[in-house]
Amino acid sequence: MSLVIKNGHLIEPRAGLSEPMDVLVERGRVRSLGKHLDGDEVLDARGCIVCPGLVDLHVHFREPGYETKETIETGSRAAAWGGFTSVVTMPNTAPAIDNAGMVEFTYRRAREVACIKVLPAACATKGREGREMTEMAELKAVGAVAVTDDGSDIASSWVMRRVLEYGAMCGLKYLAHCEDASLSEDGVMNEGYHSTRLGLPGRPKAMEEIMIDRNIRLAELARAPIHIQHVTTAGGIEIIRRAKDRGLPVTCETAPHYWMLTDDAVSGFGTNAKMNPPLREAVDVEAIRAALADGTIDCIATDHAPHTITEKDVEFQIAPFGIVGLETALALTITGLVEPGILSIERAVELLTSAPAGILDLKAGEIRDGGKADITVFDPAAEWIVDPAKFQSMSRNTPFAGYTLRGRVRATLCDGVLVHNEIGGDA
Amino acid sequence: MADTAPIAWTRKDLIGIEPLSRPEIELILDTAPQFVAVSARVSGIRKVPLLQGRLVVNWFYEPSTRTRTSFELAAKRLSADTLSISASTSSLVKGESLHDTLANIEAMRSDVIVIRHKYAGSAQILATRHESHIINAGDGRHEHPTQALLDALTMRDKIRERRGDATASLDGVRVAIIGDISHSRVARSNVWCLTKLGARVTLCGPSTLMPPEIGRMGVDVTTDLGEAIADADVIYALRIQLERQQRCLFPSLREYIRMFRIDRESIKVAPEHAFIMHPGPINRDIELSAELADGKRSVILEQVTNGVAVRMAIMHLLVNSGVEN
Repeated sequence: MSLVIKNGHLIEPRAGLSEPMDVLVERGRVRSLGKHLDGDEVLDARGCIVCPGLVDLHVHFREPGYETKETIETGSRAAAWGGFTSVVTMPNTAPAIDNAGMVEFTYRRAREVACIKVLPAACATKGREGREMTEMAELKAVGAVAVTDDGSDIASSWVMRRVLEYGAMCGLKYLAHCEDASLSEDGVMNEGYHSTRLGLPGRPKAMEEIMIDRNIRLAELARAPIHIQHVTTAGGIEIIRRAKDRGLPVTCETAPHYWMLTDDAVSGFGTNAKMNPPLREAVDVEAIRAALADGTIDCIATDHAPHTITEKDVEFQIAPFGIVGLETALALTITGLVEPGILSIERAVELLTSAPAGILDLKAGEIRDGGKADITVFDPAAEWIVDPAKFQSMSRNTPFAGYTLRGRVRATLCDGVLVHNEIGGDA
Repeated sequence: MADTAPIAWTRKDLIGIEPLSRPEIELILDTAPQFVAVSARVSGIRKVPLLQGRLVVNWFYEPSTRTRTSFELAAKRLSADTLSISASTSSLVKGESLHDTLANIEAMRSDVIVIRHKYAGSAQILATRHESHIINAGDGRHEHPTQALLDALTMRDKIRERRGDATASLDGVRVAIIGDISHSRVARSNVWCLTKLGARVTLCGPSTLMPPEIGRMGVDVTTDLGEAIADADVIYALRIQLERQQRCLFPSLREYIRMFRIDRESIKVAPEHAFIMHPGPINRDIELSAELADGKRSVILEQVTNGVAVRMAIMHLLVNSGVEN
């Protein structure tokens, strides 16, 4: 049985392709790329872009421990719907993914229930407590793709240095959530005019920037690579830009809400505008957009952070941080960056595929002869209205409900299997 | 009953001063004096039947004596039934959500909900979801609109008295607000209220207790008390909380007093006509000397008297202006 994706426009960032081309898929792999290909089944991609399955370096699937928010099964369905075929799950579950058994658990659950590739990142310190490092050689051996204490930073510079050194030895990159927690007392939004106006405790930009700077310096000291998660401020971008100029192996990501929204969105006290790091100001949004265009920001990640309606439907100050993102990321990239001319569609695809895959050396983010058939087909012009009730995710916590967005995923193939399909069968 | 109101009241709730227009604020201020008169009746029958048969629920998640008493009296003088729920008796301790608690109160048919809560935005999120008229009696550091309105009424009364002009407004009146601006909902609501009414507001306090970019709310900011009050018509002292010292926001009350207390010495630079206000409760001799608090320039008890009238005016406007609840 073979499947041919016909009449689409192929964008393959690694090969530098952007042209009309068919893709023939057989037994889970790409058989050939070319014009006028035939197969047993046809997926008509007329008007659509065909690209590698999207890759997200930052999702929270909540399993084990918080299965009322999301599971590996529902999270992977949300991913497939959003065009993602590989996601890196954060280890701040309960219990945390801080030993080989927990990494194996994640892979086992993924084999049992996931329709896409779920790649666990493991904790860098036991219990995410920032004190003793995890057994990283063994974590690497059982397939952890990175280490991170995401959700918080490692407060001790001593511990962070050793984690970076040891992780580099084991071939595990550190994904750094940069935050000097001591600089805020129960802060819940960006510190600035709007936090003053709304009477909400603030989280100053310096909280993030101080630790971006510290963590890069420690990585340099440790001769280790480092990946900075969810960059949100102009100042943070500047620090990263300088580090890159000096040739340091630093990469970073940002998430769609950081180029779509400012802290003004907190007016009204809607808790779907509450995430960490928080929404910043217009000057930061501008810097994020520019940094995506000039390459200072290496990739787009969602920080998909599901929470139940009950958890979010409370006073702003006591609501949990985070929003879901997998099902809106591509459309927010097209609507917020491609449509206004900030990014070409090719660059946008790169930021969601080969670029994140390259950061962690994942076998993903490309379409090549003989390679795994992880492929996304999307209509860049299709408009749709975000309706959280229709999400595949178990959670509904998005600030984009009711937004009209452009760009809709029509089909997602993972290992040649159609894990999401709005096009229908034979054309 | 409302006299020559320029506009009609159209809001279901009173959540904050920020969204109000100047005519709306003036409508409240102009509605209040008749209720001052009700409370001052020589007959001793300090009651009108405007909210007869209505239920006003005082729902206080934070301890409060003054505001709570004032609201309760206001409701009673409008002939409403009143019910009080406090944090210790409420189901918050049992883990019930704010929305669920209010839904249960509403199931018993409430008309007005007066809520005081330690978290900013509580009143607003309730107002958008529930049918009762919500009055914000203080939400975190966000707003305390009835305090600002009673303060504005008191200031306007005093300015009118001083100028012998019964129609004088607060346009151009200079108000200095002194103290912990950061943690103060009173300061925020007063800034909105006074600037909308045309007053010129200067905020003064330790740099550590001044929230970022507050100048964008249309006020002057200084850390120099003398500068703040040098041309003030009104000196408004805020309560300073000793706990802030443990959080490294100021070194000691001693030093706070040295720099920011309103007392016989520090007030020398202010105009003689400047009067003194405070939202209470006062830390005597800390932010304000006892001598000045009790002196002729103090209008602190008039604030309290006006508080009942302003709250009566608000409840009356919310319930009787024909806005469906």
